[in-house]
Amino acid sequence: MKKSDLILYSGLIIFGLAAPYLFPAFKVQLTILCILIVLAMTWNLQGGEMGYNSFGNILFYGLGMYLCASVQVGMFFPLAEWTESGGEKTFEHTTSQFFQGMGFGLLVAALIPTIVAGLIGYAILGLRGHYFAICTLGLGIAAGEIAGGIEIIGAGQGFTTPPFPKDIVNPEARGEFFYFLSFILLIATFIFIKWIYGSRFKLILNAIRDNEDKAEAMGIETMKYKIVGWMVSAFFCGLAGGIMGGLIGYIDSTDVAFDGREMGVFMVLMAILGGKGTLWGPIIGATLFHIFKEGFWTILLGWQYVALGVLIVVIVIYFPEGLMGWLREKYPERFGEVIDEKDRKAQVELK
Amino acid sequence: MSILEVKNVSKSFGGVKANENISINVKQGSIVGLIGPNGSGKTTLFNSIVGTHPIDKGSIKFDNKEVSELPVPVVAKLGLLRTFQQTRIYSKLNCVENMLISHKASDQGFAKIFSKIPPDLTERAENLLNFVGLHQKRNLRAGDLSFGQQKLLELAMALMNEPKMLLLDEPTAGINPTLINGIIDRLIKINKEYGITLLVIEHNMRVIMSLAQKIFCLAHGQMLADGTPEQIKNDKRVIDAYLGAQ
Amino acid sequence: MDFLIFKAPILMVQASLDGILLGILFALIAYGMALQWGVMNIINIAQGDLVILGGYIAYTMYLAGIHPGWGVIVSPIIMFFVGWGLYKLVINKVVDRDLFISILATFGIAIVFQQLMNFIFGADVVVAQSEYGTTMLFDNSVTLPNSKIFSAFISLLYAVILVIYMKKSKLGRAIRATAQNARAAKILGVDTEKVYAATFGINAALCGVAGALIAITFTLHPYVGLPYTVRSFMIVIVAGLGNLPAVAISGMGLGMFEEFADYILGTEFRIGSVFMLLVLILVYRRFKLSRKREYLK
Repeated sequence: MKKSDLILYSGLIIFGLAAPYLFPAFKVQLTILCILIVLAMTWNLQGGEMGYNSFGNILFYGLGMYLCASVQVGMFFPLAEWTESGGEKTFEHTTSQFFQGMGFGLLVAALIPTIVAGLIGYAILGLRGHYFAICTLGLGIAAGEIAGGIEIIGAGQGFTTPPFPKDIVNPEARGEFFYFLSFILLIATFIFIKWIYGSRFKLILNAIRDNEDKAEAMGIETMKYKIVGWMVSAFFCGLAGGIMGGLIGYIDSTDVAFDGREMGVFMVLMAILGGKGTLWGPIIGATLFHIFKEGFWTILLGWQYVALGVLIVVIVIYFPEGLMGWLREKYPERFGEVIDEKDRKAQVELK
Repeated sequence: MSILEVKNVSKSFGGVKANENISINVKQGSIVGLIGPNGSGKTTLFNSIVGTHPIDKGSIKFDNKEVSELPVPVVAKLGLLRTFQQTRIYSKLNCVENMLISHKASDQGFAKIFSKIPPDLTERAENLLNFVGLHQKRNLRAGDLSFGQQKLLELAMALMNEPKMLLLDEPTAGINPTLINGIIDRLIKINKEYGITLLVIEHNMRVIMSLAQKIFCLAHGQMLADGTPEQIKNDKRVIDAYLGAQ
Repeated sequence: MDFLIFKAPILMVQASLDGILLGILFALIAYGMALQWGVMNIINIAQGDLVILGGYIAYTMYLAGIHPGWGVIVSPIIMFFVGWGLYKLVINKVVDRDLFISILATFGIAIVFQQLMNFIFGADVVVAQSEYGTTMLFDNSVTLPNSKIFSAFISLLYAVILVIYMKKSKLGRAIRATAQNARAAKILGVDTEKVYAATFGINAALCGVAGALIAITFTLHPYVGLPYTVRSFMIVIVAGLGNLPAVAISGMGLGMFEEFADYILGTEFRIGSVFMLLVLILVYRRFKLSRKREYLK
């Protein structure tokens, strides 16, 4: 690894580890930021690298959310009674139960969405372009609507996730716990995706994006890789959902879990804002977006969504390549894209 | 030995009979030409052979294996590749990356897929780019190349994949005429040295006459004539087909 | 799941009639979507929100004491200009580009409209009372609010008017020419800018009509636009871009599907079943085409 990279990464990790102590009032915000970055980075695998703009990754996020909480509760108490009403008051997790449940819950939240992606991938990823986009939009929203009717996970009233154990006296502990969970998830996601970026797999995804028919004509069985890519995203999105469910404390089927209209679109927007098809683009995009949202949400009270909608339109029309794309145009040397004008203008000679 | 046996292949689109009862035999290691006026069904035949669409009737055997029911990637993996008339390259990747992803190992097990790309592969890619004259442009985005340059890139990509047989759809169309001799030499070379069988669609008669050992001529979706370049050159039916006389 | 509907055939009649009348309304919205998709290569996610906006226009008239039935005249006029303005402001920058960009951009527009409507009209579910009464059929066992019959009738009327307009009028022919080959049309003197703006305006007007009818017949809420978008998208996919009778039939089919789903699965799953149907239709198409080694374009 280059020395500058080493410094950068160490710096970021140290900052990340120290952050909840440096900015204790912003723990929840930082946790959410980590989650948003994970969602944007995984979306980028489909949208930016592979050219499959998915509005349905929220499916895996919501599944993870419900599964984690359900396992965490269901391991120790009857789930149906918990979700009936005020179940969290009748049944109390002991400290060890809480963390055990969380552990298994996250495990399930990671595995099941991955399996789901594997199962539906063959059907859904056979669609292309806007059909894929709208089909996944339908999937995401359908999941929310359907989940909203299932009694055992709370139906209309929602699902209150297990409260943080009362035995832990430190008031900061809850925030710190969820922060470090999300931070570890972020690091794991980053490492995995960076690894992909150095491998042939990334080139395969890019080939599918740039000319899927050509890739097939060259012998690449694209469906395999489309599915694997989606499974990777599902894995990390599921974990993200599981953690968020615990953090927020309350799962609503269409507003929190399968929030196709908001979170589902945000992940698209964040990646595009920062620059889709790049490693750091989604990270920067998520950060900028989060700052914008948190910063302006209260200022623009009542008009937030108008501002958001306008932002989407502006970005999509004027900055489709995002911040990284804009930087690439302005400073191509920084990106290692130094093209000698001689080379560009040279005539091809065949002797 | 016949590496490609096309028997009585027919393909219609709606009411249009693009290919009607076409039979073609290509001997392994040879260079065969496929000519005919525009709209005679040459590209459709290519598409049928590699599996881009299913055929209505007939059989297609590659290397003694029936391939008419197989999907495109599987046929390609058997060693039968084709280039396109309208170039198809990966526009956002640079030339070297285009080459790397064209290598056979791109689809041989997940261990290879998730690992780093070995440096000798990059070397091979650059050598092949040099072979087609694109070495100086190897770091340019493929989408920034001119049409002719993209055609050369496509050829290099195909070679990277080490095919047994290559279907070339108008390899010299859009290429600067000063380069065409270079292309002809290279095609002859890859045929002789690498043993790659070539089936070439061409409109440039000079090119195909100097390349091919045998030529098939299509017209209106049907097989019009076949023979050596000398025979085809003097075949009245071929001359009429090109000049439009019925 | 409640299969009562199959045990009581009269319920099937009720559901079918409700579905057909509803479906004709869907078909009108779908026709607008097909129009802009075919002419400008745009998928308008905000379609449903334009409908709801049109509905709120009728509702406002109702609040002002004017009978909302007149909304079917007033709403399309206002909405035409809304559509025209929206085109000039945003859509014209999206027309020549990737379809996905139009999806995202219109999604942004949808969000803006939703919040604006929420702001102006509030988040309550409202209806514009038409007081058209009810028709009873089959010995009073099938109830058909006359507003539904009115909706279907007006929808058909507008559809027919539009078809004639597209065939006979100068603008209509210009639109059809642009749809077939924009560049050629431009070379032949068609002002494609104007055509696009008019197309979008006409689409918005159709949404306006549909919205006014929905205000009378069903309910309005700032955030129920997306299901209408999805319904019209589904109809266009099934029926194809040019085929108005197919649009009508698909619309009715969808309407019936929804009514039956409402009975069998329950109203809480109605919207969910619409979205699931979308997924199923697309997946079905995908497998059918893959047999010919093709894919949906």
